[in-house]
Amino acid sequence: MISDLFTTTVIIGIISSGIRLATPYLFASIGEMFGQRSGVLNLGVEGQMLLGAFVAFYVTLNTKNLWLGMLAAMGVGAVMGLAMAFVTVNLHATQGISGIGFYLFGMGMSNLLFQKLVGTVEGVKGFQKISIPLLGKIPVLGEIFFNQNALVYLAFLLVPVAWFVLNKTTLGLKIRAVGENPEAADSLGVSVAGIRYLTVIMGGVFSGIAGASLSIALLNVFQQNMTAGQGFIAVALVYFGSWKPFGILGGALLFSLVNALQLWIQVLGIPIPSELAVMMPYVLTILVLTLSVSKGQGPSALTKVFEREG
Amino acid sequence: MKKVLPLVSVLLVLAMFLGACAQTPATEPPAASAEPLRIAVVSPSSINDLAFTQSISDALLVLKAEMGDGLEYAFSENMFVVDDAAAAIRDYATKGYDIVIAHGSQYGSSLQEIAPDFPETVFAWGTTVDTFGMPNVHAYEAASDQGGYVNGVMAGMLTKSKIIGVVGPIETGDAKLYVDGFVAGAKSVDPSIDVRVTYIGSFSDVALAAEAATTHIAAGADILTGSAQMVVGAIGKAEEAGLYWFGTQANQNGFAPKTVVASQVYHWEGILREIIALRAAGTLGGHTFTANLQNGGQVITMNPEVELSAEIKAKVEEVIAGINDGSIVIPKP
Repeated sequence: MISDLFTTTVIIGIISSGIRLATPYLFASIGEMFGQRSGVLNLGVEGQMLLGAFVAFYVTLNTKNLWLGMLAAMGVGAVMGLAMAFVTVNLHATQGISGIGFYLFGMGMSNLLFQKLVGTVEGVKGFQKISIPLLGKIPVLGEIFFNQNALVYLAFLLVPVAWFVLNKTTLGLKIRAVGENPEAADSLGVSVAGIRYLTVIMGGVFSGIAGASLSIALLNVFQQNMTAGQGFIAVALVYFGSWKPFGILGGALLFSLVNALQLWIQVLGIPIPSELAVMMPYVLTILVLTLSVSKGQGPSALTKVFEREG
Repeated sequence: MKKVLPLVSVLLVLAMFLGACAQTPATEPPAASAEPLRIAVVSPSSINDLAFTQSISDALLVLKAEMGDGLEYAFSENMFVVDDAAAAIRDYATKGYDIVIAHGSQYGSSLQEIAPDFPETVFAWGTTVDTFGMPNVHAYEAASDQGGYVNGVMAGMLTKSKIIGVVGPIETGDAKLYVDGFVAGAKSVDPSIDVRVTYIGSFSDVALAAEAATTHIAAGADILTGSAQMVVGAIGKAEEAGLYWFGTQANQNGFAPKTVVASQVYHWEGILREIIALRAAGTLGGHTFTANLQNGGQVITMNPEVELSAEIKAKVEEVIAGINDGSIVIPKP
């Protein structure tokens, strides 16, 4: 039975499922990473994703324009991010609790809007699979990597871009400085509040896209509470990836591939109870997290309020 | 002030959330001369989930249409946190609702605690068979294995690859019952049919349900089914692949008209009518009701958009009749 897992069909299936499942995590985690690198922990990702998913779905349903749907999701994510930044940066609210508040708000609001504006579960025509010319024709690899929808490509492109922005640009340097030592950054004329606003809003935008990637690209439907905790896993993946884009990529892929693997284990009838199978991705992620010696601690100023002296 | 503002803003956000999600009275309080019957429902997901909660909501809409001003009802949806649900149940009982329905098997222990405090109130709890021996608690359940069996027979006759995929939530309650019935039904057509069952460990993870469907399809399944509200993702994948889907709980035929062959639809209104009649006769609880094909609590709703052979249609009639007269006994796994 176990040997059934090592066929081309199964391996292609696992990897392409894993890539799809990883897509929303990548958007949300990379966005969250920027916020955390500047010192703001946003636990409201789940709520931002849910509202993003709903708004993208609703706009697409009514305008039939996917990019307009995307734009709307980015917009609503930005507004949620702005509110989060205001509450934590200006009002000095505890980041953890504020994030939970925004999560609850996003969940409640997306349910409410869904019921008032749509009323019943229905589908939309979402982003279609795009086969990349030539590359899409490569046997096996082409099917796995180059026959996905636009948002899947975007999510994976985001990883090197985020790495570049964070490590090779002045903006990235400022973000890191604000997250490590806001007093020093401030004394050098970097606006701590400005940078934190920017990163938290950016995080909101990416969470909105993460939601849209579910409702108008991967699933093409909206259902209440459809993110089912993915926003919280996205926050955990930032820690897992030691606040680095490629670390996050590794974590997102590990979690998603094991999730895809456990589905195949169940489908092939390998006698493992389903309760144990669905635990696999979580258990493995925790194991890797505890066993890997993480040298890099988080940003020193994470969750700390910055108040200018004098 | 600096300390207070953040707290206030967080609380405001929370309050907005609660305001948005708390009870939504479906009818205005009446200025009635004859006292209307007042029913309250507490349910874990939303009234348009195309599944479990929608089934009870639809039943109340039917009763409302029948009874008009004679019925007033309130609905608390999205009560997936059991403590919140318990508060809502107690709240409705305190407000003097005549019948309080706890529509979720997870609400049992809360009800056990609350019901004795309100001996005049009728409580109904589903889906379960346990009334705790209390005089004011009814229990109701769905024999979803019956509709599952009928769906399974159709699937067994339609499959060409002899592989059928099932996308289940958590291995419990009426979802498990449905899946077990479905497997038995498909096997009754041809024991060599491979019915592959996955449970994804969640009632809400639409993405994982969709991936489970994709996995079944990649592994050769040509017919899919599944239970609970997260299956909308899976139905979408069946539709994309041009395969057939069998629905349960609520009518899913319209969601994917070329894909959903038939849905087993729960009709709780019959049981609710009985509960109302019993109350009028002075019995507040103690009964266990089962919605099944025979008493109309479950209906196999065929999708007219999907063409089926006369042979299959005749078989469906035959199987339903067989289940109703007891000549077909659905084996338990």
